[in-house]
Amino acid sequence: MARGGFLASTMIGFTRALARAMASEQIARQAGLLQSLDPRVRVIGLFTMVLAVMLSRRIAVIGALFVVAVIIAILSRVGVLMLVKRVWLVVLGFTGVIAFPAIFLTPGDTVAAFAGGPVRITVQGVQTATLLIARVETAVTFTSLLVLCTPWTHVLKALRAFRLPQEAIMMLAMTHRYIFLLVETAGQMFESRQSRTVGLLKGAEGRRITARSAGVLLSKSIELGNEVYLAMQSRGFRGEIRILSDFHMRSWDYLGLAAFLFAGCLSAWIGR
Amino acid sequence: MLMPPMFELRDVYFEYDGIPALHGLSVQIAEGESVALLGANGSGKSTLLRILDALYFPSHGQVSFSGRPLTPEALHQEEFALSFRRRVALVFQNPDVQLFNPTVFDEVAFGPLQMQWSKEEVLSRVGATMALMGITHLRDRPPYRLSGGEKKRVALASVIVLDPDVLLLDEPTSTLDPRSQSQVIDLIQEWKGSSKTVITATHQLEIVDDIASRVLVLEEGRVGATGTAAEILANYELLLRANLVHAHRHSHGTITHTHPHLHSHSKHEH
Repeated sequence: MARGGFLASTMIGFTRALARAMASEQIARQAGLLQSLDPRVRVIGLFTMVLAVMLSRRIAVIGALFVVAVIIAILSRVGVLMLVKRVWLVVLGFTGVIAFPAIFLTPGDTVAAFAGGPVRITVQGVQTATLLIARVETAVTFTSLLVLCTPWTHVLKALRAFRLPQEAIMMLAMTHRYIFLLVETAGQMFESRQSRTVGLLKGAEGRRITARSAGVLLSKSIELGNEVYLAMQSRGFRGEIRILSDFHMRSWDYLGLAAFLFAGCLSAWIGR
Repeated sequence: MLMPPMFELRDVYFEYDGIPALHGLSVQIAEGESVALLGANGSGKSTLLRILDALYFPSHGQVSFSGRPLTPEALHQEEFALSFRRRVALVFQNPDVQLFNPTVFDEVAFGPLQMQWSKEEVLSRVGATMALMGITHLRDRPPYRLSGGEKKRVALASVIVLDPDVLLLDEPTSTLDPRSQSQVIDLIQEWKGSSKTVITATHQLEIVDDIASRVLVLEEGRVGATGTAAEILANYELLLRANLVHAHRHSHGTITHTHPHLHSHSKHEH
């Protein structure tokens, strides 16, 4: 818990979430390699790269794809330090926990033995763990590049290229739209609570406040949902979603799409 | 033949979970009229606007639009529903409720798309409306990143794009800074001048004279009084009773005075 106590740390969490979302949008709106491509190309292209990573069994090929991801990040003006902090270290932490037992449990040639023999590190175990971590790191890097370099609204529109039902897209869009409003409301609720709190709260009291706030927030979100539905009805909504797509493919986009497909297929074939 | 009124409400009752909001309200609003619904918080202004927009239906009484009853059954008919939704537009008090699309462009295009207009027409009308409202530079911005004034302008653009005959406005200038307030009032005045029907719910006396030729004062879900803006604003007893003004008390030496406290664009009276 932060030094300022439970309320302060919760508020810092809300503020940080909003700040991160805004920083991502700024990256998405600046000039760069990925940003110059049609959002549909970005979605299809980066999805192809993720697929290639998943299909590759050779660590060298995955390593090469990782280098490609880093080069794309630099050309798209995504800070490598940001990737280290927000992607690579986090993924390493999660995947590391999953991959770690494989070092000892995978049968094969022993590299080192502990506790008189039964606990052994094997070459195959190290390879399996490395492959898993490299695969996840690279795939998540490509996915993060898509999210960082494409406004969420464009990702949603581009998803229609995959024939995703419009209802699902509208639901995702509205969730994204109102999550910020609810985060803001929650932040204000905690600010208001903190302005009337003297000293630090005990853990139990902090949990009670969280539970009550969650209840109030739920009521507010239900009320907001009803109001939004009325506002939609008022402008002619009758249950069927109609969205306008205004994307245009240029020769640069076709070139980008071809490059992604070629690199993806080549990697999957070499790494099979 | 005499034209039916744009809206006619007869003995309308409406309640929220047993708490009455409208209580035997009867009123007629003619085509091209500009009406202010004046009342304190909880007087039933927002409920009345929602009934006029056929979002709520009364528990008792009748509502008609251009001589046709406004009922859930009528709104289930696609032809009537589309025509009604195009002709009558409501701007909600809280713009966050109304701005549910991911970008400003999508927001303004939402109504025309529901009306099933062609892509070319949608693009041209949306572009023209955004230029008219001075929000073209906000085109790709998500609504949660806009200021209060910008949100209000986008909310207005999202209904004006349909070129409705009736504009229903719920507290259009509340929470706005003076410049944004003035812009919204200018817009309402433009609409008044173009033979459109404008019905504005407000508790801000200082804007009533600018936005309405007739004022309905709502008190506890009924029409407490009706008249021109000048007549209503001059009736201090009525305004005090409807909780629209308060007595202003101050002292000169040992003598304490009590005056009505009124605001208007040109003067601030004690």
